[in-house]
Amino acid sequence: MHTKTILTTAALALGLSITAASAGTLEDVKAKGYLDCGVTEGVAGFSIPDANNEWSGIEVDYCRAMAAAIFNDADAVHYTALNTGERFLALSSGKIDVLSRTTTWTMSRDTTLGIDFTGVMFYDGQGFMVRKDLGVSSVKDLAGANVCVQAGTTTELNMADYFSANAIEYTPVVFAGRPEVIAAFEGGRCDAYTTDASGLAADRTRFANPGDYVILPEIISKEPLGPSVRQGDDNWFNISRWVYFAILEAEELGVTSANVDEMLSSENPSIKRLLGVEGDFGTPLGLDKDWAYNIIKLIGNYAEMFDANVGPDTAMGLERGVNALWTKGGIQYAPPIR
Amino acid sequence: MAVQDTSRHEPQRSSFLNDPVVRGRLYQLLTVVIVAAFVWFIADNTAANLARQNKTTGFDFFWFTSGFDIQFSLIPYSRASTYGTAFLVGILNTMLVAVIGVFFASLLGFMVGIARLSNNFIISRLALIYVETLRNVPLLLQLVFWYFAVLKSMPGVRQSFIFLDGVVLNQRGLYLPKVVTDAQFAWVWGALALSIVAIVVLQRWAHKRLEATGQRFPVFWTALGVLVVLPLVAGLISGTHLSVDLPVLKGFNYAGGIGLPPELVALCLGLIFYTATFISEIVRAGIQSVSYGQTEAAQALGLRDGDRLRLVIIPQAMRVIIPPLASQYLNLTKNSSLAIAIGYPDLVSVFMNTTLNQTGRAIEVVFITMLVYLTLSLATSSFMNWYNRRIALVER
Repeated sequence: MHTKTILTTAALALGLSITAASAGTLEDVKAKGYLDCGVTEGVAGFSIPDANNEWSGIEVDYCRAMAAAIFNDADAVHYTALNTGERFLALSSGKIDVLSRTTTWTMSRDTTLGIDFTGVMFYDGQGFMVRKDLGVSSVKDLAGANVCVQAGTTTELNMADYFSANAIEYTPVVFAGRPEVIAAFEGGRCDAYTTDASGLAADRTRFANPGDYVILPEIISKEPLGPSVRQGDDNWFNISRWVYFAILEAEELGVTSANVDEMLSSENPSIKRLLGVEGDFGTPLGLDKDWAYNIIKLIGNYAEMFDANVGPDTAMGLERGVNALWTKGGIQYAPPIR
Repeated sequence: MAVQDTSRHEPQRSSFLNDPVVRGRLYQLLTVVIVAAFVWFIADNTAANLARQNKTTGFDFFWFTSGFDIQFSLIPYSRASTYGTAFLVGILNTMLVAVIGVFFASLLGFMVGIARLSNNFIISRLALIYVETLRNVPLLLQLVFWYFAVLKSMPGVRQSFIFLDGVVLNQRGLYLPKVVTDAQFAWVWGALALSIVAIVVLQRWAHKRLEATGQRFPVFWTALGVLVVLPLVAGLISGTHLSVDLPVLKGFNYAGGIGLPPELVALCLGLIFYTATFISEIVRAGIQSVSYGQTEAAQALGLRDGDRLRLVIIPQAMRVIIPPLASQYLNLTKNSSLAIAIGYPDLVSVFMNTTLNQTGRAIEVVFITMLVYLTLSLATSSFMNWYNRRIALVER
């Protein structure tokens, strides 16, 4: 898999050299009949394939939502599993149309990589996990520890910042692929494993004995995880951004996949606009006017995506926290559709 | 005798295209134009695409603060260092593995190659099994095996294997005692240098004496004696004080001494055991290429067994061994880039993965990485070519 990494990185860099300028991304996607979506190598709750290679997760649901808006078919998606080293190249070289892969929105990524972030599917922060029998209760106790981390991530940088600011000595053990990071941590190579707190919860569910591990209380960074698209195609940017807003708006208006058909006859003008009963908000995007209806009908609103993949009733067991809607004490907020 | 008219027959003038010289030039010109056009197309397209995607480009990032830490470094490095320093750390880590790998793979390869030719059934069969198993399993799998399988069987930090209080082996690596020297120790280094010079002189003198009188002088044992005694005496006279820095358990891990991370150990083991199989086959082929008549001739001259190998067989075998051996050294260096699979911070891991990702300068970074490997390989191969010319058979 790692020869693959090197080869793909080189190939993608070459891809930058030979991809010819193309028409709009939407036209290209419509012409090929499916959406190319970049996802993780397997993070429970976010994007993970099952035994039949059917992908699921909240970020996979986002890809499915885009496909539903474009094709009225949530399954018209091809998934490409990417490691942290490949993801931005895959997007900027045109191998994928949208990157929905636990990727932190940062200023340098937004301004220098030729990509644009379109929303925040999950507000996260970096945490640390250790074995219980280590007897550690705070990140500050980790002086002299070996810490496993994935290469080329914001977590790698945050950790260096945090330990340097707190004058704590440590040794980073860096792997290109997430499976290797987890295997090395579980195998005892490191005292601690760091990534986004949600990722720690996700990976812990896959350990042989999840109860042997504890996630430390400190959250040392802001990790807004969201989808991104190539820079330079404003219409595609708008589609990606408004698909995200539509699922938030649907939750706020109480429209779910179960009641969306009844809601078609709602008297609430906001719901009428969302579902394309009143006005046409699809055409300016190059989509049908019932684009949002299709998303909600086929997949559901943000709350449904959250609860089905990472919510309290799943193995991940995450609370909404800051990811609740602004009306419920969180910071998820969509501008009005009108 | 009738003189025939041999007035020169003007060759039929045909198209200049039929002139092989002209045609050759034309083809060459055409090739150059096509290659140039292709390169221009790629360069132009890249520039256009990069501009269209609003990507920041250039090599200025070398002077930016890197912001990430590296597990293992031969030079001082921290998160406040620049990407340029990180790049150097990567190159040095790659070169370290290459040097260790080439040295031990050659040693093991020569031993196994000779063992393969042994008359002892068990030794030659063991060598055969080793060669045929390891060279037929992909290197990446072997590295993953060494790292994940061997690592998992190591004890945890608190249950470490400890030998003689100084050598510690656990999941976090191999720790060795470090000898700490003081300023007086410079005398010992001086004596060591002096004894090496003395040995070279001694060897020359012994060789001359052998040619002149036919008498042998026990050079090896004398040299060994000089090498041990002279520095020892210097050490005693100068009053140097040596102390040993032992690895001790401090917090989560052992500190002090020389700590070799398991990634480095696994990578070196994988590369050495894999490459040595090829080297052993090259060595065997080289020795077998020297015909048995040479051995018989040497015996007829009355050469002893050791001299026969050293003076007759090996010099002739080396001519066959060196060129393919150089290829194996190049392979080992390039294969070290698989380090990324097991988390050793080599050039590819530090530069082409982390740096590329944090800066986003994909084309620049990939290009420089390729250039570094090319440079390392060309340097190795020019050294091996020089050595090959030096030992080539000189007909007298």
